Amino acid sequence: MKFRLPSKSTASKSNDSKQPPANRAELTRRDFLRSGSAVASLTLAPGVTLMAFGGSEATAAADAGKRWGLLIDVNKCAPDCNDCVTACSTENGWKDTGHPDTDAQWIRKITMKNTATGRETSMPMMCQHCESPPCVDVCPTGASFKRADGIVLVDKHTCIGCRYCMMACPFKARSFVHEPVNNQKTHAPRGQGTVESCTLCVHRVDKGGTPACVEACANAGREAIIFGDLKDPNSAISQALLQYPSAALRPDLDLNPGVRFANL
Amino acid sequence: MIRLALILVLGLAGAAFAQESLLPDIPAATGEPHAEGNAYWRKNHMDLLRHDRDLTMRFGNREIGASLKACFDCHAVQDDDGQVVTIESEKHFCRTCHDYAAVKVDCFSCHRSTPEGIDEGEFHSQTQGAPDSGALAAFLNGLVGPADAQSMMTQPVEASQ
Repeated sequence: MKFRLPSKSTASKSNDSKQPPANRAELTRRDFLRSGSAVASLTLAPGVTLMAFGGSEATAAADAGKRWGLLIDVNKCAPDCNDCVTACSTENGWKDTGHPDTDAQWIRKITMKNTATGRETSMPMMCQHCESPPCVDVCPTGASFKRADGIVLVDKHTCIGCRYCMMACPFKARSFVHEPVNNQKTHAPRGQGTVESCTLCVHRVDKGGTPACVEACANAGREAIIFGDLKDPNSAISQALLQYPSAALRPDLDLNPGVRFANL
Repeated sequence: MIRLALILVLGLAGAAFAQESLLPDIPAATGEPHAEGNAYWRKNHMDLLRHDRDLTMRFGNREIGASLKACFDCHAVQDDDGQVVTIESEKHFCRTCHDYAAVKVDCFSCHRSTPEGIDEGEFHSQTQGAPDSGALAAFLNGLVGPADAQSMMTQPVEASQ
């Protein structure tokens, strides 16, 4: 009995077919062709590269040439006004579940008192979108991350709910979702067992809009919050920062927050 | 002759089974069909969604090809009352196949399972996939009789020493 080795050409062919596709686009193209809809175009024009399904990074909206920030004029913020918080809650779908100690707060109103003079100031408090965010440093899974344009987010697909970021944040800006959630907004998915915080209304910013809190403050006639690009010297926020004194919270930590306060 | 009879019997059996397919009954969608074909999407939807979720989440690209939101533009299923069903219902588009394949979907612990603007009602993320004790009892009753079924459901199995 004779055993015959497969011929060289057959072997290499079978190896080729077993090899995983070189990249995602290749996989997509192969399957795309296999589905039958594009077979004709391949035979007619073999040199044509088909577009990978699903868009590309070239059209990404997170621009490294920008850094989004807020300037909050504390003098214009009224102690009895809660419009920014309400607007954020409505926009992003977080709400009371009857557990005030643990309910999510993407933004909250706080009152600060100067113990020497007794002067009280009211202001909104949320994620400060630091340039060097401690929440990103400590995250064990890479779920806590900073976009190219400076917006700090939680990728809930990889968040394991360990809450290290909540411990690391000096501003108590992050919340853990304890209860099961439904009726989420399509642009703001949120679920039990993950950490969340202010997203700077990234879904609006990507479409050229402004955060809901900024809009609500302007609608209330106060215009205490200015939103804009800190890297653009001509933006309203950069001009205001140029002309008036402002401060970042916890400057001792050297985090360079994107949220700045005037008249604090 | 026997062979012929056997073929006839098998054919009749096949015809009887054809009445009720064992494959999932996939709800019809509205809108334009996928250009890549249904077979492609059934095989690759999870990869397409994962790819595009990263593009949106990390790079802010909102002009994407595949999103859960876009799925429900065409794949929202209504129940007999005309209400759009959530993932809690067995009629939900995703569940028809995923129940069949016994693959749990965890998308909807964070994402809504209906189009925007629909009231989803009570919480659902905890109830999805929970065993239906009533159905289990009925099944066991048919299998071993009510008394034994009751004991099987309530008494823990003793560990062998």
